[in-house]
Amino acid sequence: MKILIKGGHVVDPATGLDGPADILVDEGVVKNVGKISAQDCSVVDASGKIVMPGLVDMHVHLREPGREDKETVGTGTKAAAKGGVTTVLAMPNTNPAMDEGRHVRRLAEIIQKTAHVNVLVSGCLTMGRQGRELCDFAVLKQEGAVAVSDDGSSVDDDRLMLEAFKKARAAGLLVICHCEDRQLSGKGVVNLGLISTQLGLRGIPKEAEYRRVERDIVLAAQADCPVHIAHVSCRESVDLIAGAKKKGLRVTAETAPHYLIFTEEDLRGYNTNFKMNPPLRSPEDRQALRQALKEGLIDALASDHAPHTESEKDIEFDHAEFGITGLETELAAVATELVKTGVLTWMDVARRMAYEPARILSIDKGTLKPGATADVVIVDPLKDWTVTKAGFASMSNNSPFVGRVLQTSVACVLCRGKVVFGNGACRKQA
Amino acid sequence: MTIEAKTWTRKDLLGLQELSAQEINMVLAAAESFKEVIGRPIKKVPALRGKTVVNLFYEPSTRTRISFEIAAKRLSADVINIATESSSIRKGETLIDTGRNIEALKVDMIVVRHSCSGAATMLARHVGASVINAGDGWHEHPTQALLDIFTLREKLKHIEGIRVAIIGDIAHSRVARSNIWALTKLGASVTVCAPALLIPPRIQEMGVRVTHDIADALSDADAVNVLRMQFERDTGDAFPQQLEYFKNFGVTEERLKKAKKNIIVMHPGPINRGIEMSSEVADGAHSVILEQVTNGIAVRMAVLFLLAQANHKGRKAEKKEMEGKEKSL
Repeated sequence: MKILIKGGHVVDPATGLDGPADILVDEGVVKNVGKISAQDCSVVDASGKIVMPGLVDMHVHLREPGREDKETVGTGTKAAAKGGVTTVLAMPNTNPAMDEGRHVRRLAEIIQKTAHVNVLVSGCLTMGRQGRELCDFAVLKQEGAVAVSDDGSSVDDDRLMLEAFKKARAAGLLVICHCEDRQLSGKGVVNLGLISTQLGLRGIPKEAEYRRVERDIVLAAQADCPVHIAHVSCRESVDLIAGAKKKGLRVTAETAPHYLIFTEEDLRGYNTNFKMNPPLRSPEDRQALRQALKEGLIDALASDHAPHTESEKDIEFDHAEFGITGLETELAAVATELVKTGVLTWMDVARRMAYEPARILSIDKGTLKPGATADVVIVDPLKDWTVTKAGFASMSNNSPFVGRVLQTSVACVLCRGKVVFGNGACRKQA
Repeated sequence: MTIEAKTWTRKDLLGLQELSAQEINMVLAAAESFKEVIGRPIKKVPALRGKTVVNLFYEPSTRTRISFEIAAKRLSADVINIATESSSIRKGETLIDTGRNIEALKVDMIVVRHSCSGAATMLARHVGASVINAGDGWHEHPTQALLDIFTLREKLKHIEGIRVAIIGDIAHSRVARSNIWALTKLGASVTVCAPALLIPPRIQEMGVRVTHDIADALSDADAVNVLRMQFERDTGDAFPQQLEYFKNFGVTEERLKKAKKNIIVMHPGPINRGIEMSSEVADGAHSVILEQVTNGIAVRMAVLFLLAQANHKGRKAEKKEMEGKEKSL
């Protein structure tokens, strides 16, 4: 069955299209974009709505295998679909960790059976994410991994990290770096500064992040290997990335919506749904990140979706896990807090949340031009909804947006030409 | 009793950061009345008769716990003490579960001490009973600061314009933070003094002066609050050697000779004699340390009393509202 998405405002960074157009989808791909009259197809009424490439979220913890009490491939991708995300990159800090070909293969089988959207897999950098022995990148790649990362930890050993860049380059795998010097971050739980002082919580200095960003840029350059910096949270990291880009180094970076929306000020009240790693920083850092994203110094937005059970999250601040969920709220939150306030345009959103992450991952996604896979999100920019604990498709509800009203809703989502989310309100038969 | 709790609306006392100067003065005024009570031959008033207060202590404490217990008993409340050693807390029950269970026992007030900053705040979010923070991590210890200030006010008659030096491990001290919030709100000048690594970042922005020189800190102080060096809290942070600390930061007779003649010396206790303070100073003429202990009872009576009134009124209002809703249905 053909689907015609009619009357929407189409935003496609690949072609520069930013205006009214219809999109014809057939056999899972975009057939045509322009003024199209309906013939023998089901019509999705997109009038008054924004039509964008489905989001590519390159930083997602699906928790399967090992912590199926927090999330599974099935529930995580359902949450993704609900949030307008049609492709996720699953981070490898599972149990077992994705450090061997057989684990990646097993996960691929689970994905095949249970995923609602496209799921790509990142392998580990080191065995057991212990930072001591490199994984066999060629085997990981062979089993389908598209990147390698020890996300959640950084490899402390400089020589091993250099070796990792060299081997990843040879294997053709993207290296994604979680930049954190544990010697500096220690037992910290919030950004080091006035807030940590006033709240009496251990601080994490920005140095713990940016010094490791600096090291990883240097080592990657030495190995002539591309590097992607995950979840950038502070101005100093931005400056280092900007400097590297200026030199022509192959450095890309992502930040997460929460670093653009919240600051350490939100920690007053000790709400653990504002506890994440790296921590929320100062308003100045937030401003630098917004500016960098706008200018493309930071290439991508990714949620760092990190589901946790209530018994691991709704406890003493020091003991609560780091991380928040994001798949279901990221597009609506970015629209509410950044598009409606004039910080970003819809074109920026499509670029940073779909087009650029697809480019970084070298996958054929993030665009709506004819021939592309029909991964599409249709957004209602005028429909409010209240985020509630009970309303999540994710198994977890550790979201800082709980209780807030978001002023944009995801109306309908197509993944490979199939409707994976949508209440049917905008569907009608031609 | 002539205490009016009319304008007191808080159900919980979690910290002094959120209190206004007026509210702090309200506690101090109530404490004055209760101090008169505890000086009587029969030291008991019926203000909290029929109320139950639970002391929920996740950290060892003798003096704060006993002070709250005596305060509650002087107000005729029933008191139950729960310490980490003797309850299901050890079995891994969460703080919230414990709080809800205590509440299910129809307890009116929970006095909580916990090693994690924010624990009292979290508990208060989950229970309807009044929560009193008896110290949470490095965050706040509001009743200690209130009794410190009550003692200062007794001695100096006013707080506005006085100079207070706080000496010791500021970084890990909830007593320091609560004192800084309250003293600055009441118009006192505060100087904090410690080795650099025991001063937390950007504390100047809380309105205090920072010095690493004890002579400088003592030079113009009307009072000095000497903090306990919390060596038992050492969990990886660098701490100075004990003797080294005494040499550079210990409060001694020698150092007090160069201070104001009537300088008041306070300490929240328990004292490490010969580390943060010499025995001569602890027992000397400037010391008001034992008066602080006595005043602690009066201040805690005031806090229990005010919160109980407010929560009682709050619940009444809630009940009325519910009844109103039912009627309208």
